[in-house]
Amino acid sequence: MRSSPGVRPAAVTARGWGWRHAGRTRPAVSGLDLDIRPGERVLLLGPSGAGKSTLLHALAGVLGDGASGDPGGSGASGEAEDADETGSLLIDGAAPRAQRGRAGLVQQDPETQVVLSRLGDDVAFGAENLAVPAAEIWPRVREALDDVGLGRLPLDHPTAALSGGQKQRLALAGILAMRPGLLLLDEPTANLDPAGVLEVRDAVGRCLDKTGATLVVVEHRVGVWKDLVDRIVVLQPGSATDSAVLIDGPPDRVLAEARDMLIGAGVWVPGYVPATRMRTPARGAGQTLLTADALAVSRERPRRAGLRDGFRTIAPRPVQSGLSVRVRAGEALTITGQNGTGKSTLALTLAGLLRPVAGTVSATAELSSPATGHSSGRSSGRVRDSAGPDPYRWKAQQLIARIGTVFQEPEHQFVTGKVLDELMFGPRHLGYGEDRVDELLERLRLTELVDANPYTLSGGEKRRLSVATVLAAHPQVLVLDEPTFGQDANTWAELASFLSELLDAGTAVVSVTHDAEFSAVLGGAELRLRPRENGAADAPGPDLQLPEGASP
Amino acid sequence: MTDISAQHGSASRSSARRNYSWRVVDIVVAALIAVAGGVIFWAWSQGANLISTPVNAVYPPLSGLYAGGWMIPAVLGMLIIRKPGAALFCETVAATGELIMGSQYGTTVLISGILQGLGAELVFAAFLYKKFNLPVSVLAGAGAGLFCGLNDSFLPWGWNIAYEAGDKLAYIVFTTISGAVIAGGLAWLATRGLAKTGVLGSFASRKAATEPVFS
Amino acid sequence: MRDALSLRGNHALLTRANPLAKFTAVTLITLVLALSIDWVSASVALAFELLLLPLAGLTVALLWQRGWPLILAAALGGWSTAILAPDSGPVLLDAGIWPISAGSLQLGIGFMLRGLAIALPAVLLMSCTDPTDLADALAQNAKLPHRFVLGTLAAMRLVGIMAEQWQTIGMARRARGVGSSGNPYQRFRATLGQSFGLLVQAIRSASRLAVTMEARGFGGAARTWARPSTFSGLDAWVLLGGLGIAAAAVAAALGAGTWNLVFLTRQ
Repeated sequence: MRSSPGVRPAAVTARGWGWRHAGRTRPAVSGLDLDIRPGERVLLLGPSGAGKSTLLHALAGVLGDGASGDPGGSGASGEAEDADETGSLLIDGAAPRAQRGRAGLVQQDPETQVVLSRLGDDVAFGAENLAVPAAEIWPRVREALDDVGLGRLPLDHPTAALSGGQKQRLALAGILAMRPGLLLLDEPTANLDPAGVLEVRDAVGRCLDKTGATLVVVEHRVGVWKDLVDRIVVLQPGSATDSAVLIDGPPDRVLAEARDMLIGAGVWVPGYVPATRMRTPARGAGQTLLTADALAVSRERPRRAGLRDGFRTIAPRPVQSGLSVRVRAGEALTITGQNGTGKSTLALTLAGLLRPVAGTVSATAELSSPATGHSSGRSSGRVRDSAGPDPYRWKAQQLIARIGTVFQEPEHQFVTGKVLDELMFGPRHLGYGEDRVDELLERLRLTELVDANPYTLSGGEKRRLSVATVLAAHPQVLVLDEPTFGQDANTWAELASFLSELLDAGTAVVSVTHDAEFSAVLGGAELRLRPRENGAADAPGPDLQLPEGASP
Repeated sequence: MTDISAQHGSASRSSARRNYSWRVVDIVVAALIAVAGGVIFWAWSQGANLISTPVNAVYPPLSGLYAGGWMIPAVLGMLIIRKPGAALFCETVAATGELIMGSQYGTTVLISGILQGLGAELVFAAFLYKKFNLPVSVLAGAGAGLFCGLNDSFLPWGWNIAYEAGDKLAYIVFTTISGAVIAGGLAWLATRGLAKTGVLGSFASRKAATEPVFS
Repeated sequence: MRDALSLRGNHALLTRANPLAKFTAVTLITLVLALSIDWVSASVALAFELLLLPLAGLTVALLWQRGWPLILAAALGGWSTAILAPDSGPVLLDAGIWPISAGSLQLGIGFMLRGLAIALPAVLLMSCTDPTDLADALAQNAKLPHRFVLGTLAAMRLVGIMAEQWQTIGMARRARGVGSSGNPYQRFRATLGQSFGLLVQAIRSASRLAVTMEARGFGGAARTWARPSTFSGLDAWVLLGGLGIAAAAVAAALGAGTWNLVFLTRQ
């Protein structure tokens, strides 16, 4: 069963291997000794900073093209300038860079896993680069697309129209067409919704069964991959003395022996839901802050027609319509639904960031011109001028003091070059004091990082910072777009506990999420969006095109 | 993987000698800088059109003051990639992007792009691709602006070909100033900001934020 | 904006021609038209180009929808030429400081028509040419270095995503209190910040895309092509067509005595 023409499973050997990235002082990996037999399936775990991605990149042969030229150079220059390699890392006894196509890599972000605009061309890309004869490429392309379950789509299907899960399967197909002996997956499902996660995992399983290739996968969520792998290797951050491998063995044994350590490192161990703060039971319905009626939403802006049509505006086609929403103080509202149903679009419209296509979003007097906000204790000196009922028309500063929005990608919200300035930005512009900032720094464990550039933080730190910066303006409504995507269990638990505290203190929390456990912690109501009745979003069966412009 | 040519070993010995061959990441990042530059300029001009159209109708050469926006990719690309050809390549890609999106200049936009890129490229080449400080950036921006002005005023497809000499001169002065300030100055500032965020980690410009401003 | 990079089911005849042949034909017309500012050569070329619309899968309505900003730009170009060209003949209109004479007006109109006749074939070219096919032709037929051609093609695919991110970053920054309102200086600063945010994302995306491409073996010297870019009989017709239009434009202008070399423009 375990063989397919052209695929020879690869073996990996590391002996005292280490890597320091150009311009860094500390190595990302050091002293790694590891043997992976042909056909083995390995799940790589470890805290962030353990060098998991670095190892995968090295195996994929994409490391070491240091900007200053010489990779492995331990030459006379010797500064922290150039990248530095120690020991050896080999695939089948040879350097990965010397054997292109022996290993194939799928990374986390679906958008940048696609190279070309047409489905078939994208799959053919790798085979072309390996100089596979043209006549042999197209049969390979069809086979690979069949293997990942995309065989029903035409070869000229636009890759831009694929969902996240489909893009990741496409990336897998592109690799399969190279017939690699080693599959490297770097958190391939971290950015996907639950359906997408399973669809990618199952496709990987089918392909491994067919080809018998070796697998090395990095992923926080152990439960997804546990049954597919036959070995777990836990790495630890590089140090001069210790070995890079902390624990190594069959999944059940490693999970039993290292459970506490893994939980401490934020790994999602199967059967473990991090402890979070419980909400105190509500004392009755909170005051309504925001209402939406007959609301239709779209991310597109009205277009301006040409001269002949008198430059009139053409309203965009809404992705959802006829929605009614009530947002109440101290209550959570969770917006759920499949990808492409306009969850984020709805949330951004409620948040006063997108103009409704039809219908209204209106703030009640409680939100638009409160005499004293819920945080009345320190409202002295701030201007709480009355704003109109329509949040979209509010000035930016009026908006942030009332409705705070945390975007899915924290980097999109950074406006300064320092963590502290980032936190002070809102309060300074609103004329608030600094006490809340200190409290947030403390509470979200950012005190050590005040001088860092926000872009240089880790994923979890960026998430905590983005929540803190928005809260520093004391909004009464907090809107979050997929706040738990790609987060480790520790950040997840912190975030959930923190939000439940805010809710109890009277803030309204609206979140777009696929994460049922997260919704459970926050409680409150769920608004489930369905695909639109007519049009392209109609009953998205497998591999049916989802509407554009509606990102997950 | 790209061009790890024969220089293995010898390159590390003499720190002065850099690897000038382009890696895949250089090519893709340079091209996307040009593409992003196009998106930014497109968004920018949406708002600015309201002001610029009446101004141009009154004294058209003033539009040269605005031209620097087009040349940002040339200077920015070189400041980040720091390899020969970066200015020329980025500006050509930017022009190609404009052609694909639909340009009022037709295919001649490619010639403009190549010439503007060349204007900046020549300045960096004159400093042997070793200096990327503020004065050199401003000069490179001015070079791009100068070539832009010359192209528009003296080549057959230039839009200002029929102007009187004085107006041509005014236009060229304006594009040069605009190139120096907008393309040169802003690109230099942007590079320093980008270096601080850590995204330039794999490029020779990764330490741009701490390099001296003038030397 | 993402749509601009696909043919959207266009199956017109010219979509099957080699991009390089189409590009050469368009360049030929462009360069010949650029040599003279006169309304005859421009009008003749423009008329032929309009006749070719169906072959490129375009209709006048579609063209109008996509191309009206170009027409406005051409009109503005004509206007600036009319007011700034050296005056000759009787002054028709003394618009304040800028007198428009008969000569400069004729030049302005010629310039406007020429601008349209140069812009239109490029729109035609891109509406019947898929960027992937163009890249294939540039690398295989024109022998440009394939690493640069394909690297650029892959980066250009992200233009739609960049445009979406621009919008998202704008909203995300409003949610931080950075408004797009205020005085011009504040707006300018806000736009600069938004641009910086986009550049960071562009470099991050490009770096990841480069890893994706390298991990698929991209960057080596040897490579095969799954889509061979070839020439056919159609391409000969395309070239002949380009040559024909250029020749007709020149002949008509010479015949009418309006041919007016740009370098000698006096009127």
